Amino acid sequence: MNQAISLAISEEMDRDASVVVFGEDVAVAEGPFKTSEGLLAKFGPERVRDTPISETAFLGAAVGAAMTGLRPVAEIMFIEFMGVAFDQMVTEAALMHYLSGGRYEVPMVMRASVGSGLGFGCQHSQTLERWMLGTPGLKLAVASGARTAYGLTKAAIRDNNPVVILEPRTLYGQRENVDIGDESIIPLGTAEVVRAGTDVTVVALGQTVSVALEAADSASWSGEVIDLLSLMPWDRSTVLESVRRTGHLVIVEENQRSGGWGTEIASVVANEAFGVLRAPIHRITAPDVPVPYGPELEKRFLPSAAYVQEQVSSLLSTKKSPSSWWEELV
Amino acid sequence: MSDTASPEVPQSTQRRHEVNQSPIARLERMIEIRLVEDRIQDLFAQGLVSGTTHTSQGQEAVAVGLAAATRATDFVCCTYRGHGHALALGMPPAVVLGEVLGRQIGCMGGVGGSMHLSDPDVGLLPTFAIVGAGTPVAVGAALQFATKKTDGVALSVFGDGATNIGAFHEGLNLAAVWNLPVVFVCENNLYGEYSPLESTTAVTDIADRAASYAMASEIVDGQDVDAVQASIARAVARARSGGGPTLVEAKTYRYVGHSRSDKAPYRKDGELEQWLARDPIELFAGQLLASGELNPDALDAMRHRQLQLIDEAQERVLASPTAAIPRMFENILSPSHS
Repeated sequence: MNQAISLAISEEMDRDASVVVFGEDVAVAEGPFKTSEGLLAKFGPERVRDTPISETAFLGAAVGAAMTGLRPVAEIMFIEFMGVAFDQMVTEAALMHYLSGGRYEVPMVMRASVGSGLGFGCQHSQTLERWMLGTPGLKLAVASGARTAYGLTKAAIRDNNPVVILEPRTLYGQRENVDIGDESIIPLGTAEVVRAGTDVTVVALGQTVSVALEAADSASWSGEVIDLLSLMPWDRSTVLESVRRTGHLVIVEENQRSGGWGTEIASVVANEAFGVLRAPIHRITAPDVPVPYGPELEKRFLPSAAYVQEQVSSLLSTKKSPSSWWEELV
Repeated sequence: MSDTASPEVPQSTQRRHEVNQSPIARLERMIEIRLVEDRIQDLFAQGLVSGTTHTSQGQEAVAVGLAAATRATDFVCCTYRGHGHALALGMPPAVVLGEVLGRQIGCMGGVGGSMHLSDPDVGLLPTFAIVGAGTPVAVGAALQFATKKTDGVALSVFGDGATNIGAFHEGLNLAAVWNLPVVFVCENNLYGEYSPLESTTAVTDIADRAASYAMASEIVDGQDVDAVQASIARAVARARSGGGPTLVEAKTYRYVGHSRSDKAPYRKDGELEQWLARDPIELFAGQLLASGELNPDALDAMRHRQLQLIDEAQERVLASPTAAIPRMFENILSPSHS
């Protein structure tokens, strides 16, 4: 996946001289996750810059550069590091178009690695998409592998709004064939049905997409798996159309239960498709705890394919939301 | 912003160049700023301004000196105490007043308010209501000039209070590391909101902070418009010629409280009077009278004309409808892409 990201950025830099890249160790070191491989050599130090460890400075600089004529792609090494620069994304980048009566645009991309699974501990393992949910003026999408990372990155760079692209860092080494070129661009705001099925709609995002697919592939039920891809805006019609056919909705989230992104999906589907639902909408999430460090604990934190399969089976047979694995522990 | 400024309002681009042209025009713009700020306070007292507002009486020389030292093609990141800068850069009084009153004639059609003035025609980025936020944004605008190899300059205007927030320090460091064409202009008015500088800030001279970033700096009398203009012009020339960023500290004073309800009881006895004795408008008018560039009758006529223009602007503003409901749904996301 990291090669797909590097390639997408490189192609966009070829296409448009105003695309620039900066972040911590993205130039000489080519990115801690090798997501800017070859960019410095190809485009030089004026378009590919290492920054100090100053997220506020370089996200703010991305806002100013974007408003005045560049198309910056800024890398936040771990999504948690955006915390120190949150203002620049949700209060500055997101509002500058509005606050100029539409006369300034902010065509910037903030890329960040997210998620659990690599043993980085609780301050380097969250997804945190919910920090930004519901922020007017921002777009947000999450890659689920090399192909989607390529397609979303290109779409984000071409978009004239501030776009956040989250990259599950367990997937940087994931390999798959990627068709390159404009046909592979994934428009922001569109979901993909990645597995057709008839019994239940399973909506997943980021690294839970492969979990949901694995669960569905060996299940006794026929699951339709949707890779949501974009959270802001999200593709209501693809999800609703599927739920209207299957009559069941399960959402598989990496984030903690309270306030997770799935609450938004569940709320809309409950409102729009209540009459077709044959069981409660069910959210499969992580528990409301920090991401634990120990390998066994961290593995348990993220919903596993076996757990998803079991939860969906229970939902379909009982027509009741099954309890979560941790309920007897808290 | 098709539904904002009405055609009879002089456009900001026309007004932008006036302050570059003559001392008389600069004096007149300073008088205009003072009158608009006073008028905003009156309108506030009448209940015509909702929320809050931050005025800048006493700091007019910094705004006008900055405008006189720069070009319309430069970019300025300013703060919520921004009416004076917007006027100095050319935004017409009716457009400023209109935004403060939430009217359609305002620069944002009334959805922004006092703290959010913006005018791309004169390089005024939306003014920042978060302390310090505009500093790294100005660094980004300067990065754009450097990347495109043009000789533009970005200016970041902020108060002394902003120099204690991380964004300021990160922004200055990044500008220095990348040697960018940006001028940081601190309006040191001695108070961060209600707190005196010495109770919140480890240095007396904000300019000292430039040393941490190996950056050039200057302290200038912020009540002397010629001195401000000259100081910022030196920094701008350095930036345009590839010499990198500068921190300019203008020592100034706001005659009013931080915001609408603040009567500034925290001032030291006699402090306000001391500063009023060095009023930037009176100082500059006195200089122009002494040099013969202006005579007392012309000065009186100028004050009258400005008062009349502000009265007319106010009439236009009060005749302009408040922001229309559909406006709140506009300009949230751009529909376009590259």
